[in-house]
Amino acid sequence: MSTPSVTPVLQVRDLSVVFPPRRSAPAMRAVDGVSFDIAPGETLGLVGESGSGKTTTGRAILQLQRSSGGSVQLLGRELTTMARGDVRRMRRHMQFVLQNPYSSLNPRMTVGRILTEPLQVHASVPKAEMAERVAQLLRFVGMDPDVVQRYPHAFSGGQRQRIVIARALAVNPDFVVCDEPVSALDVRTQAQIVALLRDLQQQLGLSYLFIAHDLAMVRHVAHRVAVMFSGQLVELGNTVQVFDDPRHPYTQALLDAVPIPDPARQRAKLAAPAPELEFQRGAAPVGPCCFGEDHAHTGTPPWHWLAVGHGVSCRFQALAA
Amino acid sequence: MAEAASPLLQVRGLSAQFTTAGRVSQVVNGISFDVAAGEAVGFVGESGSGKSVTARAVMRLAPEGSSVALGGSVLYDGQELLQLPEAAMRDIRGRRIAMVFQDPMSSLNPVMTVGAQIDDIVRRHTGLSRQQARQRSIELLDLVGIRDAARRVDDHPHQFSGGMRQRVLIAIAVSCEPQLLIADEPTTALDVTVQAQILRLLMRLRQDLGMALMLISHDFGVIAGMVERVHVMLEGDIVEDGPIDEIFARPQHAYTRALLDAVPRLVPVGGAA
Amino acid sequence: MANVPIMVASNPGGSARRGRLLLFIGLAMLVSMLVVTIFGPQIAPHSAIAFSPDSLAGPSAEHWLGTDSIGRDVLSRLIIGGRTTLLITFVAVSLAVAAGLVLGLTSGYVGGLTDEIIMRALDVIFAFPVFLLAIAVVAALGPTVPNLILTIAIVYTPTMARVVRGPVLSVKRWDHVEAARSVGVGEFQIATRHVLPMVISPILVQTSLTLANTIFTVTALSFLGIGPPPPDPNWGGMLSEARQFMELAPLTVIGPATAIVFATLTFIVLANGLREWLDVGNR
Repeated sequence: MSTPSVTPVLQVRDLSVVFPPRRSAPAMRAVDGVSFDIAPGETLGLVGESGSGKTTTGRAILQLQRSSGGSVQLLGRELTTMARGDVRRMRRHMQFVLQNPYSSLNPRMTVGRILTEPLQVHASVPKAEMAERVAQLLRFVGMDPDVVQRYPHAFSGGQRQRIVIARALAVNPDFVVCDEPVSALDVRTQAQIVALLRDLQQQLGLSYLFIAHDLAMVRHVAHRVAVMFSGQLVELGNTVQVFDDPRHPYTQALLDAVPIPDPARQRAKLAAPAPELEFQRGAAPVGPCCFGEDHAHTGTPPWHWLAVGHGVSCRFQALAA
Repeated sequence: MAEAASPLLQVRGLSAQFTTAGRVSQVVNGISFDVAAGEAVGFVGESGSGKSVTARAVMRLAPEGSSVALGGSVLYDGQELLQLPEAAMRDIRGRRIAMVFQDPMSSLNPVMTVGAQIDDIVRRHTGLSRQQARQRSIELLDLVGIRDAARRVDDHPHQFSGGMRQRVLIAIAVSCEPQLLIADEPTTALDVTVQAQILRLLMRLRQDLGMALMLISHDFGVIAGMVERVHVMLEGDIVEDGPIDEIFARPQHAYTRALLDAVPRLVPVGGAA
Repeated sequence: MANVPIMVASNPGGSARRGRLLLFIGLAMLVSMLVVTIFGPQIAPHSAIAFSPDSLAGPSAEHWLGTDSIGRDVLSRLIIGGRTTLLITFVAVSLAVAAGLVLGLTSGYVGGLTDEIIMRALDVIFAFPVFLLAIAVVAALGPTVPNLILTIAIVYTPTMARVVRGPVLSVKRWDHVEAARSVGVGEFQIATRHVLPMVISPILVQTSLTLANTIFTVTALSFLGIGPPPPDPNWGGMLSEARQFMELAPLTVIGPATAIVFATLTFIVLANGLREWLDVGNR
């Protein structure tokens, strides 16, 4: 966990989301006992491939997805047991930047209307001052306040994402979940938006849960990193720890697979034989884990702290036959 | 020293314009490039650069619901493709030039088995009997690294993972041993661990079959290890091209430099973030 | 560097143009119908109910379309008759649309048990043939215009509700809806401000189709004698009366028949125009 002297903005303990069985599929544990903290002004990068559960985790934290177990405390208040109206009011402290800038803005509303809506919902600003606040928000994200009359379709992907970010900032949240916020954008626009998010974090003291699959980008954005596989955390630590000293084989495989934009090194990497990557999913193996502890016996979660703030799961350490 | 053979693909002044729903959507402004036999060439650029249009223009394929206007010259093995009647072009597509697209799910027929889809192509371009075609399908699935090919040949696309579907697409593409393979963002929709596998597969097939490769991607990392030369595209033009090591080490054009700078590196520049 | 002449591969995308054309034609037809019926009393050459000894006359300068069996001017009766028909049609369909919107939106958005209950209730209504229901209502309550309007509105509500519910089911899962929820927008505002505006297109098309259907239904009911009572003229009633005199005075049949076809066609053309125009380039 992060240094205990500061109260974390977000405290997630043992979060689980189980999707009920349907006609063709059995019940699925999309998120299985995830725990982490996020300190004020800190970015936690949540990485994983498709099916890892990272997006579901983000949505479950925001209470947009019902969780099946565990606790989510925002600013010390428990969200999972809160009444619906109270959750709605808490939303002013936690906001969401979605992946697809082309679909997360209502195409029938003007930019001004889109940005005014959160202000109205939370009555955070007197009516007379709303226009000024909207202009301020647009300036924050580097856009001309004159765009309030226009509709989203008039803007590029990068500009739309700036509007989405402006909307997220409207009510001065403490915490923002960014779910692949730049994946749908061009490379240069990605860099600009990421820079914007970092600036805003410094200016406003925001905390981010930065969900992404692009490890190189997460390296530049996050203070701490959590790696997910098959619904569980397999590694958690600060960026240097996880990227420079990955201890879980899945983290290692992930890092190894990232293409390096350096021709000679990338050629060498591709020429080397492919590492065998089939990790064993499914129920926990019986008996003592790779660190020598029998978790079924001791009743402890399959997690081991290897250094201060750097922990690893003992699950999925073995490769499938 | 043998004299340099003329390139397999010789494109001169290619211009293309796709119009969808009344709006001009993509443009290529008279570009020229060569691909030699067995060579791997990359096309990199952001959206709207025209890299995908270029690929489609060579294959004379238009996206659904668009009208196309093409100009210039595309010489393939000495034959002018832009003037070929559609019937002749159909012969070339799949047999001598093959294409792999970004999204395997939309390129595969969901109601046909994978084997049936490979059979289709194989039998259209060769005279194989049904038995022989099926055998070939199984061989191909094996070639692209799908385990248990004899059983999986009767599975439907949805029974495969994303990476495996892409392997199936690649199997279809190489089924008639084309001389040129065009891969348009072949790994973009895939997880990073699967990406590496697919790239390795493409590399191996290239070596084994001696195919030329046109690799199109927005991702420099994907291009970096796979091609000998790269063309950087911006808004329908090629702004820079050259050997890949050169371009990376000494990018000349401002846009190339801007692109390379924007790519986040896994290796840290300084200390911890 | 020879330049080969440009070849065009295909040219789809004429739909929006065709749509606009149809829309234009349909609107022109609609406007002309409305103008004629709204200004009916002013432009009708004769009274629609005054009878004259000049019965079953052929077309003349005095009576453009001749007269019916008791000497009433056919043209005037057509014009005035249209008012009742169109009035019933527009009001009934408006009610059906309003009810369908509310029920379809609620059902689709809330889902679960609410959805089940509403849909099953609507299914019951849907199962009733229009005419049976109309006859039952009229027999019970009398053949007044308000009763007819109500009957028709009730009968067409299930279809409208379904047409609304379908798109709502998918739109409610869209990103911008989840984004609004994450902002803290209340569910009612989400339904009305973020979901409803996105389903307008199919509603417009269905409304047009329903209008066409309703014209037919109203005239059919009046033909059967269940419509608005005399002496007010209406197209269906005119057809019914004129049947016996078809050979003597064909215009007494052709007149109302043409009017019915024209009105129905207006809405069908509009529906097709809307469908083509809205589908292409639809966000």
